[in-house]
Amino acid sequence: MTNSTATFSNMRIRTGTELRKYAPQMILVGLIILFSIISPNFLTSRNIIILIRQVSFAAISAVGVSFVMISGGIDLSIGSQIVMTNIVLAIMMVDWNLPMSVAIPLTLLLGTTLGLINGLLSVTLNVHSLIITLGTASIYKGLGYIFAQSRNIMGFPDAFRWFGQGYIGPIPVPIIIMIVTALIGSFILTKTYFGRYIFALGGNEEAARLAGVNIKRMKVILFTICGFASGITSVLLLSRVFAGQVFTGQGIEFDALTAALLGGFSFKGGEGTIFGLMTGILIIGVLNNAMQLASFPDFSQNVVKGAVLLAAVAFDVYQKSAKAKETVNRVAA
Amino acid sequence: MDAKIVLSLEKITKRYPGVLALNNVSLSFIEGEVHALLGENGAGKSTLIKAVAGAINIDDGIIHVGGQEFQQMTPHISRGMGIEVIYQEFNLVPTMSAAENIFLGDKASDKRLVDYKAMRRKTKEIFDHFKVDIEPNILVRELSPAQKQIVEIAKAVSKDVKILIMDEPSAPLSVSEVEHMFEVVNQLKQNGVTVIYISHRLEEVFRISDRVSVLRDGVYVATKLTKDTNRKELISLMVGRELKETYPPRLHPPGEIALEVKNLTGNGDYDISFAVRQGEILGISGLVGAGRTELAMLLYGAAPIESGEIWVDGKRVRMRSPRDAIQKGLGLLTEDRKNKGLFLEMGVGWNISFPIVRRLSKYGVVNTKTEKEITEHYRQRIDIKTPNMEQRAINLSGGNQQKVVLAKTLAAESEILIFDEPTRGIDVGAKQEIYQLMCDLADNGNAILMISSDMEELLGMSDRIIVLSEGKLAGEVQKEQFSQDYILDLASGIH
Repeated sequence: MTNSTATFSNMRIRTGTELRKYAPQMILVGLIILFSIISPNFLTSRNIIILIRQVSFAAISAVGVSFVMISGGIDLSIGSQIVMTNIVLAIMMVDWNLPMSVAIPLTLLLGTTLGLINGLLSVTLNVHSLIITLGTASIYKGLGYIFAQSRNIMGFPDAFRWFGQGYIGPIPVPIIIMIVTALIGSFILTKTYFGRYIFALGGNEEAARLAGVNIKRMKVILFTICGFASGITSVLLLSRVFAGQVFTGQGIEFDALTAALLGGFSFKGGEGTIFGLMTGILIIGVLNNAMQLASFPDFSQNVVKGAVLLAAVAFDVYQKSAKAKETVNRVAA
Repeated sequence: MDAKIVLSLEKITKRYPGVLALNNVSLSFIEGEVHALLGENGAGKSTLIKAVAGAINIDDGIIHVGGQEFQQMTPHISRGMGIEVIYQEFNLVPTMSAAENIFLGDKASDKRLVDYKAMRRKTKEIFDHFKVDIEPNILVRELSPAQKQIVEIAKAVSKDVKILIMDEPSAPLSVSEVEHMFEVVNQLKQNGVTVIYISHRLEEVFRISDRVSVLRDGVYVATKLTKDTNRKELISLMVGRELKETYPPRLHPPGEIALEVKNLTGNGDYDISFAVRQGEILGISGLVGAGRTELAMLLYGAAPIESGEIWVDGKRVRMRSPRDAIQKGLGLLTEDRKNKGLFLEMGVGWNISFPIVRRLSKYGVVNTKTEKEITEHYRQRIDIKTPNMEQRAINLSGGNQQKVVLAKTLAAESEILIFDEPTRGIDVGAKQEIYQLMCDLADNGNAILMISSDMEELLGMSDRIIVLSEGKLAGEVQKEQFSQDYILDLASGIH
């Protein structure tokens, strides 16, 4: 009798896990079906490309943030990093007349440095990165405003349009860069020892330390990677907007976090996949796009996005407690 | 005996997947007695407590308490019947005062709001009764472990406890604090409270208990009047055989000195010096809290060294981090597998290969084929029972989790190995394999430091034993001098 009960509960656990594992994908498919019924303009190849391009910028940053999140940290400063790097890139290209080949690498370097600063602060002060990046976010954004001096910086060479507005074949450049970033991110997370270290950090930092992982160095590197990814986003966004404004990039961390949480990441770290993250990004994209098609006012879009974020968090909590229930007996044994 | 039975367990059975944790256990407890519960790790003591406290559901059996019968306990009923448990991890809110903790969830008076005055007064009364000097307003986080335990006891007393279960209460206490705890327990006894006392320390059992019951592998073995039994009898009841574990013979004598420690101080340990040779198993003995694990952490670079020297293979080395230690050829099997050893959410194979995953990588990419071969090799070698290597570690039983930690340590192929409680929670058969494995390692020239609370194992496996007591080296015992009593005397600071 015990045997059959055990088998049964194992089976239930397994199907439960499988279901939960693909819950984000099912939500995405459900939304796509729903909106294509509601609006005939939704499921057209043109609209889908627009939809994906819209979220591709946030997606690239999100890949960087996902590394930090799997390791158990968080980076709230990516939007502010972009505000600053965006303005600096605009100033370099317009005010200083630097060529793209110089200005873009310098911007990526600056983004990387901002990430490095986050990492160094968080390991030297030994405070949760939530607080550190809340502080640096304010600083980075403030600096961006100071550099911009309330200007709307314009006058870029036409060739600069390619990054944010151009196409390779039928596919917009930002989408291609997003796919490449996602593939590299996924490769690092799943195939390399470095990826395992990231999961180890989030799963059990002390065990990772005792296994010889240099915890501090890892954390600094992860924030640096996150800064680099946001540097790429910044370049693409400036090319897309084609004007240096302090509003560019603001709030992008919100989309990145929501996507990660929707895609199965946890605030505690130790789990998450790029596949899940991209699903989360697409869910946001679908919602954004559908609300625009239905010409929702901006403010009600915020309401929906906030509700989706809370739903994602609630789902995360539910998952955790369900998992805890599953294991409680085994742990007792 | 015509004394009043306050709690009686009848044919209690509890199954866990793959383990019969309690098998038809029947046992009675008398009013106002101190009843010691003995048994090896995994004997079923904790499960029994949890059954009585209502923390788990039993599969079969009846619990008689307070003139009622229960087929199933719940925490609520258990409390209502006057049963309180003091677990090893204290259940106190560190940021609240002693008085607030004692009356947490209870009202000290009939007033509508929290009556701090009555709370303090009643707390003071209880503390006075036990002749302890703790200020009711002090925050619990400021208290010593011994004082925290008193607060736990006071909490139970304030709830009108009839049966108090204490799980290894002496573990966090120093020798003098244990004395004090005994006085409190005696007070309780005089007030008619039944105390169920769980401990591994036989001396304590003889000091404090009236009766003693022994469990072994989930089966009830015997109950004895403490005054009618002796140490030897209890040990053989617990082990169930004349120490049948055979410790494999060692083929080679020890070689060169592999690790030498000179006047090492830090992490609560003072001025510790010893050496271990290649091919030697050095046992490290001591009571819980004597600083054994702390010493392991020092050697392994996981805790800062204040002074002293570590020499490996004749060279002085600095251990600033576990990474340093690993590079110098050290490996550690931690005793705290959940917090320090395992990545519970990750797969078995992932866990085993983690320490070597960098070595298995080319251009940063893990060679999963070699990885699978290695993890599979260790799974077979120490017989880890898991459906597959992707199974998350959290889903394994405690014993199998321990084997995963062991496999992980072995996979790193370190020359100097620190085994901290290597067989904790492992069944006898598997223990045997681990002993064989350790001997093989020693015969291959590895130096092994073995920390164990299992005295038989320590005596059987070690070539030499050093004993720690309260953070200091209490003595070094050669194989010819091995005796349990002598080592226990050293450990409790008698010599």
